[in-house]
Amino acid sequence: MASLTSSKAKKRTIRTIPQERTPMREQEPKARARNFSEVACGYSLEDAIRESERCLLCPDPACIAGCPVNIDIREFIRKIGEQDFRGAYDVISATNLLPAICGRVCPQESQCEEVCTVGETLEPVAIGRLERWVGDRALAEGWSSAPYMEPSGFRVGIVGSGPAGMACAADMAKAGCEVTVYEAFQEPGGVLKYGIPDFRLPNPVIDAEIENLRKLGVSFECNTLVGRLFTIEDMIEEMGCHAVFVGTGAGYPAMMGIPGESLNGVLSANELLTRCNLMRARDFPDFDTPLPAGRSVAVVGSGNTAMDALRVSLRLGAPSVHCIYRRTKAESPARAEELHHAEEEGIQFHWLTNPVEILDDGKGNVRALRCIRMELGEPDESGRRRPVPVTGSEFEFPVDIVVYAIGTNANPIIGQTTKLKLNKRGYIDTDKELATSMAGVFAGGDIVTGAATVIEAMGAGRKAARSMKKYLGIRDGTAESATRFGIPVNEHNFTRIRA
Amino acid sequence: MPAVRVCARSRAHSRACLDCPKSQAVKPSQPPVHEIVARDDFSDATYLLEVRHPQMARAARPGQFVIVMAHERGERIPLTLADFDRAKGTITLVIQAVGKTTREMQQSCKVGTRLHALVGPMGIPTHLSKAKKVLCVGGGLGVAPVFPQARAYKEAGAYVVGVLGFRSWDLVFWKGKFESACDELVLCTNDGSAGIRGFVTDGINLALKKHPDLEEVVAIGPPVMMKACAQATRARGIRTMVSVNPIMVDGTGMCGGCRVQVGGKVKFACVDGPDFDGHQVDFDDLMARLARYKPQEQAALERWLDTCKAIQRTPEAALELPDPFEEVRGG
Repeated sequence: MASLTSSKAKKRTIRTIPQERTPMREQEPKARARNFSEVACGYSLEDAIRESERCLLCPDPACIAGCPVNIDIREFIRKIGEQDFRGAYDVISATNLLPAICGRVCPQESQCEEVCTVGETLEPVAIGRLERWVGDRALAEGWSSAPYMEPSGFRVGIVGSGPAGMACAADMAKAGCEVTVYEAFQEPGGVLKYGIPDFRLPNPVIDAEIENLRKLGVSFECNTLVGRLFTIEDMIEEMGCHAVFVGTGAGYPAMMGIPGESLNGVLSANELLTRCNLMRARDFPDFDTPLPAGRSVAVVGSGNTAMDALRVSLRLGAPSVHCIYRRTKAESPARAEELHHAEEEGIQFHWLTNPVEILDDGKGNVRALRCIRMELGEPDESGRRRPVPVTGSEFEFPVDIVVYAIGTNANPIIGQTTKLKLNKRGYIDTDKELATSMAGVFAGGDIVTGAATVIEAMGAGRKAARSMKKYLGIRDGTAESATRFGIPVNEHNFTRIRA
Repeated sequence: MPAVRVCARSRAHSRACLDCPKSQAVKPSQPPVHEIVARDDFSDATYLLEVRHPQMARAARPGQFVIVMAHERGERIPLTLADFDRAKGTITLVIQAVGKTTREMQQSCKVGTRLHALVGPMGIPTHLSKAKKVLCVGGGLGVAPVFPQARAYKEAGAYVVGVLGFRSWDLVFWKGKFESACDELVLCTNDGSAGIRGFVTDGINLALKKHPDLEEVVAIGPPVMMKACAQATRARGIRTMVSVNPIMVDGTGMCGGCRVQVGGKVKFACVDGPDFDGHQVDFDDLMARLARYKPQEQAALERWLDTCKAIQRTPEAALELPDPFEEVRGG
């Protein structure tokens, strides 16, 4: 069988592979717009094998470099083709512990799939879907890769249990450290839990991946607000942490500063999503957290968070849901797939439109949104054409809920409670190795870069873990016997002094 | 070689260090337990919970708050810390049963039970000014959270005048506690059944007349009361700090549900507050925003009361709607 596959593999060319990308089954737009079940149902075994045959197994694969955590994509796809699914999982989990999550939420079209060789002529190999399939299979089969770990004696504290913290925790646990992750909410997962809705990333998937981390020996302490319950300095000086990673996320939603923002019915996408996803307000009154009920909802912004807010509003029962964005569809920062799904589900898009005022009904509630038409002018510093208002084009339309999804600012808690150096926008200042101004403290994810994607945060978590290991003097796997200048590496104090 | 913490030096040393008393004392293996160790019912609606959380008791400062979830399906409600005892390792919350969650907690939170979640201390601690003479005003449930501030000022050497307001004598609590923390105490009740007859503002005016050299006022209570207090001191320009209590979800600045207008600017009470200059806060905005889930809250309460009736005989009084001025969560 194996020889057959490999002889086949040798003959694979762009002409011999299946030309069409294997489609993924999805719920019908009409049906799914009213439920919280997952939109994309995933590949079947046959789908996965067929799609794996579309990979040319390039000798010099571009996709691996396109992946922020450098998964050996060619190798895991080869393993799927050889029907060695456990092997495929082991390949992925060597670099990415959360394939079921990343396969769902990574923007593959601008990462691995963008540079796929097949993509030059045909549609690229569906790397993300294959990764998800492997991840789901691992969860279903209960696979986890917990290698034998020699305890290193180091204690590592991780602030925030989102994607950056989870990735860093996994790497440090594998290096034999005693890892504790602190989370302010009542359950771990960070943005994966409170932000990304169930129809994109079901909670059981996140819980299963967290369970895998627990199997690696990571402990999670929820209901712990680092900075206020104890500070990062306390973690190092009193709690015996030899290194700390800060991955608290950007979390401080931006508002526009237009009149009417304090009216009831105006909320941030974070609030809407947290209430709906983490606090289960969609099941009110079985769950106690309420949500504002809207007949007509306007979401300002057109990023991935905006798409989530739009589609959540629709599923909560709003008959009309509008997306207000000051640029055009081409400039929209949302993933193409999300935009497409939102359009299918019946979201009404208003491109080149900007809100100027939120109007009240005289009782403190939102009645309507006054907007102005925009047109594209000269390109700005981001390279996108700057939208300029068209004078006299103001109009209003009735809405009762306005949701802001226009980005976030830096969360102030860590800055208020530590001496970590911040940059002028309030984010944590790090060097390119993600070390902060305090020895032994590393930071990564949105609290360093500002709002970005899940996989970028995970990439940052892993990068910080590498620097942390260097700082602690842990040599991957070889730390036991290695010496430098006659001093054991785990004893080498010079790594503790930073230039 | 800079002075590095001893235990951080090496692996060998850190193992040995487990014998060192400091490192053992701080093992982070003691999980917060959230167990209720004491309870005191001040009246039909007001109750005190003392919850074990040694770490929080150590970290808490006056003016901070916590977020509580009573059970797995519960909502997260913010409650201002009424007290904390570092020696006992407990924190104290005073809660008024007004909505579904607080009434449910009144029934379920017995000594020995646990809260599903308790996180904090949150918010910026009160900035204790150098004022020599301070007026601490607490109205209704706001009496409890103003106590740590009165005590802190007293400990800092200030002359503390306390003004406490209740609806009637049977709702009065912590009078003795305040008498020990204040140099002077004025008690006001709406019906005159205890102390002077009138609102806290009458007590404030009395205190202002007697002490024209008052330098600072701290006022905590329902928004209407804080608004009135701020009005009372505005003419004299006395710095008046209030502690606002908007609706929150996470309490870490992430959702922005708790935003308030302070001096024309949007502030998040959870991370920029909860203490603000009372002369700058837009209380009308605060009150309107507190009412934004009223229909849902009402529906949840009615549904819960119906369930209670089905299970057991419900006291008549529980069906009465709360006084809207008392519609306050925590302090």
